[in-house]
Amino acid sequence: MEHYNIVIIGGGPAGLAAAAAAKKAGEDSILILERDQELGGILNQCIHNGFGLHTFKEELTGPEYAGRFITEVKDLGIEYRLNTMVLSISSDRIVTAMNRTDGMFQVKAQAVILAMGCRERPRGALNIPGYRPAGIYTAGTAQRLVNIEGFMPGKEVVILGSGDIGLIMARRMTLEGAKVKVVAELMPYSGGLKRNIVQCLDDFGIPLKLSHTVVDIEGKERVTGVTIAAVDAQNRPIPGTEEHYSCDTLLLSVGLIPENELSLSAGVALSPRHKGPVVNESLETNVPGIFACGNVLHVHDLVDYVSEEATNAGRNAAAFVRRDGKDDAALPAVEIVPGDGIGYTVPETVRPKIMNDLFTVRFRVRGVYRDHFISVYFDGERVQHRKKQIVAPGEMEQVILQKKDLAAHKDLKKITICLEEA
Amino acid sequence: MKRTLTCIGCPMGCQVTVDYEGETINSVVGNTCPRGDIYARKEVTHPTRIVTTTVRVHGGVIPQVSVKTASDIPKEKMFAVVQDLRCVDVNAPVAMGDVVLENAAGTGVSVIATKNVPKK
Repeated sequence: MEHYNIVIIGGGPAGLAAAAAAKKAGEDSILILERDQELGGILNQCIHNGFGLHTFKEELTGPEYAGRFITEVKDLGIEYRLNTMVLSISSDRIVTAMNRTDGMFQVKAQAVILAMGCRERPRGALNIPGYRPAGIYTAGTAQRLVNIEGFMPGKEVVILGSGDIGLIMARRMTLEGAKVKVVAELMPYSGGLKRNIVQCLDDFGIPLKLSHTVVDIEGKERVTGVTIAAVDAQNRPIPGTEEHYSCDTLLLSVGLIPENELSLSAGVALSPRHKGPVVNESLETNVPGIFACGNVLHVHDLVDYVSEEATNAGRNAAAFVRRDGKDDAALPAVEIVPGDGIGYTVPETVRPKIMNDLFTVRFRVRGVYRDHFISVYFDGERVQHRKKQIVAPGEMEQVILQKKDLAAHKDLKKITICLEEA
Repeated sequence: MKRTLTCIGCPMGCQVTVDYEGETINSVVGNTCPRGDIYARKEVTHPTRIVTTTVRVHGGVIPQVSVKTASDIPKEKMFAVVQDLRCVDVNAPVAMGDVVLENAAGTGVSVIATKNVPKK
């Protein structure tokens, strides 16, 4: 069996940044396993601009952003295997994978970094009545067809869901000559970034219908139309509000789910809140030596934060290898809990003894809140209180905790992050 | 008159309010960096966009290469630039930064590749 100190599952933005960071932390034995024919992951099909302002202080397209990290990984001489599908990971960190050159093979790793990304919620998860005709795509599939393969999936398009990929595809297909008739969003707010609504819908006069959903898909061989209706506060369609749109294509942009089948095979515990592994401040899962970062951990809004998080995971994995896998699970841990208005936090625990001096907790809010405070409580005591004009589920939020503050708070058990009214 | 815009200069998406009359800007508030100020002034007078699309590649490992305008172009020229690029195809290998079209749709702006596409 081959041995590597660190095996990274996935060569997208998370895997690349984790690999570069581990290498720069002094780790030489690193292997990236990537299932696609090139490194870069989903960024390869995200040809639009707007990536990297935080990381590189300039506005890049997806392939350019990925290109920077690919170049770095190659310059650092980090090993990677393409067209390689990982089949399973065991709890003692044996990775089973296969490709056409090596056949099936196993690699024993001292540390594994999970960086598999996420996948799109499909039609099957939505319970939309109607036949199963051709012409229904997830937005990301359409994005791959248009941007990589060079095919247009259709001419007249309705989009369900206002996630970022759906918004980006509304503009992309419009520029390529399609007519995007409407974007319907079940929630009373958009799941996408504000700037994408401005740039991708407003610029082209594409209507966004909030609190609306698709109640019928017509067509037997090919989609011929969809019916959209308004929904009430319980998301039930309101009779009498139905509107018919003739179209040949329905794009779904209805959420992303971390892709954790491999994590489960290793016995990694998943959070019911963010659907990714439960991790501590080192981004280490409940299985010692298995780390997680990027969209497999929780779905990010900006790739810059993926790179930042993955850099931490890479450094921490290198540190784990350096101390020879000696487990510090026995160290006391403080629980981080999502309070009022908060959907989840990453990480879920922090061990004050080994945390960094400055430590970022990322989270998403549950709804759109105006003029609220983001507050942090150490047990019963409020230690942070920061006003935000607006917070929305589509945009990730963060608080930064200081090691000295945690140390100063004796017998700290629980850190609560919550929204409070002004 | 006042107009509130969502800045698209970066992922922050600041709400920027511009007080202006015609081409005269009286005030810009709400931005957190100079880009917001520049964007808001432009957006109410001469709005621009970066256009990204793809062009065909012959003999490459993938059939298309992603491209962008090297700088932003007038918003109303977006469709014209994409239209211009429809008749453009390139031969592999393509390197990131290669110019695939000069002076797209008469904007004076070049369109450049944003990805390497090696030969098949």
